[in-house]
Amino acid sequence: MAFVNGLKCRECDREYPPEALNVCDFCFGPLEVVYDYATISEVISQDRIAKGPLSIWRYRDLLPADSDDPVDIMAGFTPLIKARNLGKQLGLNNLYIKNDSVNPSFSFKDRVVSVAATKAVEFGFDTLACASTGNLACSVAAHAARAGIRAIVFIPSDLERGKIICAAVYGPTMISVEGNYDDVNRLCSEIADNYPWAFVNINMRPYYAEGSKTLGYEVAEQLGWRLPDHVVVPTASGAMFTKIWKGFNELACLGMLDGVESSSFGPDQNTVHHPAVTTRMHMTQAAGCAPIVTAWESGSLQVMPVRPDSIAKSLAIGNPADGIYSMRVVNKSAGTAYAVPEEEVVPGIKLLAETEGIFTETAGGVAISGLKHAVDSGAIKPDDLTVVYITGNGLKTQEAVESVVNPLTVKPFMGAFEEAFNQRGG
Amino acid sequence: MGKQRVKFSFPEDMVKEPVIHKLGHDYKIVTSIRRADVREDTGWVILELEGEDAEIERGLAWVGTTGVRVDLVSGDIVDG
Repeated sequence: MAFVNGLKCRECDREYPPEALNVCDFCFGPLEVVYDYATISEVISQDRIAKGPLSIWRYRDLLPADSDDPVDIMAGFTPLIKARNLGKQLGLNNLYIKNDSVNPSFSFKDRVVSVAATKAVEFGFDTLACASTGNLACSVAAHAARAGIRAIVFIPSDLERGKIICAAVYGPTMISVEGNYDDVNRLCSEIADNYPWAFVNINMRPYYAEGSKTLGYEVAEQLGWRLPDHVVVPTASGAMFTKIWKGFNELACLGMLDGVESSSFGPDQNTVHHPAVTTRMHMTQAAGCAPIVTAWESGSLQVMPVRPDSIAKSLAIGNPADGIYSMRVVNKSAGTAYAVPEEEVVPGIKLLAETEGIFTETAGGVAISGLKHAVDSGAIKPDDLTVVYITGNGLKTQEAVESVVNPLTVKPFMGAFEEAFNQRGG
Repeated sequence: MGKQRVKFSFPEDMVKEPVIHKLGHDYKIVTSIRRADVREDTGWVILELEGEDAEIERGLAWVGTTGVRVDLVSGDIVDG
């Protein structure tokens, strides 16, 4: 069972029952899940978690789902890899990669959709829906298949073929929308208001977003119940960024980290900051769509929407719903925010692939190039324990790195091979 | 009659313009401000619009021509 008291508006604190709602009726602020942490603290333990499944559902005490049978395609518990080669290249001795590109549908979206799909089934919805530029559509279609309910995914008509196939294979109803980005947004918003469907990132959003906390839990558990000095996170809406921070602080407040005393959550569960949580949160966006970084750099408390023009389409959210909240996390954690130049996204992808054997999509290129900048600028020191989050698989954005294909073509004879091989310089 | 929840973002040169007043005056739309943060150089307003769907669409199209950006309240719907 879930230890959930209800939903609460993040702006005006009005309370709501735990239903399929995402916006406060009064001030239109976002709704967040409110937990019964007093009861959670009585049941949760490192041992209890260790005995759980090798998926996000090992942390079910901290997730907002009642069901004992969640919609689980084994999302999460992805590898945390010590990146010796990349670390050496960047001058870091304690660098780790959280490789979330190996989730079942090949992105971190499986974490959030697993929670949203579970809630959708609990609420009695028969349709799981989303509007997506790729990763989310794949995950929604996969989880709906697992749950045995209908999936309807909306995609922009110019979406890359590879991403369309990745989602289509699970058998959703796929709606290809002709129009620009704003047209797609507007249409899907209207549809969500008029059809009784569970839109994972609209009416399921309070529950959906909570799935990203598991990115924080897992890193802590895999590091032996301690937190890193730094994390580097590719950012779009800002929701994942804030939830990783929330996950770290929940663990600290519940006394789940080694050597850390539990403490009260205080009046606002979403902004709680346990003094033992000293992880610095570094946000990276691609320069072609960096509204949060722009606001942070200018010292503004307002995130002005932008029209996305970036190679990193999975990060291309011009009007980020959690922009202001993620900026507060950057400030509270003494972190940084950096806009990676568009021309450094692909080099980031290649650097990770060539040093650690991990093929990430464009968002991962933004993370790696952002990490490099954080090191070069002195924000991250050589011995600092650093984790960089890789959130999607490179097979989905192969066209971004097509230029790497440059084989040595030879006739099937030893002489021809040696001549060509020696000419290339081995 | 329909309702729509929107966010207007004002660039510096539009902060002093009475866009919301004109929207209510020139179109048959009732505007209800729910939250706002307006400063000297920039600002945003979250509001609910009530009126005929076509009139709201016409009004928002006009707002878009002024340089004020119109977005959905809950951020972008299209996700990665």
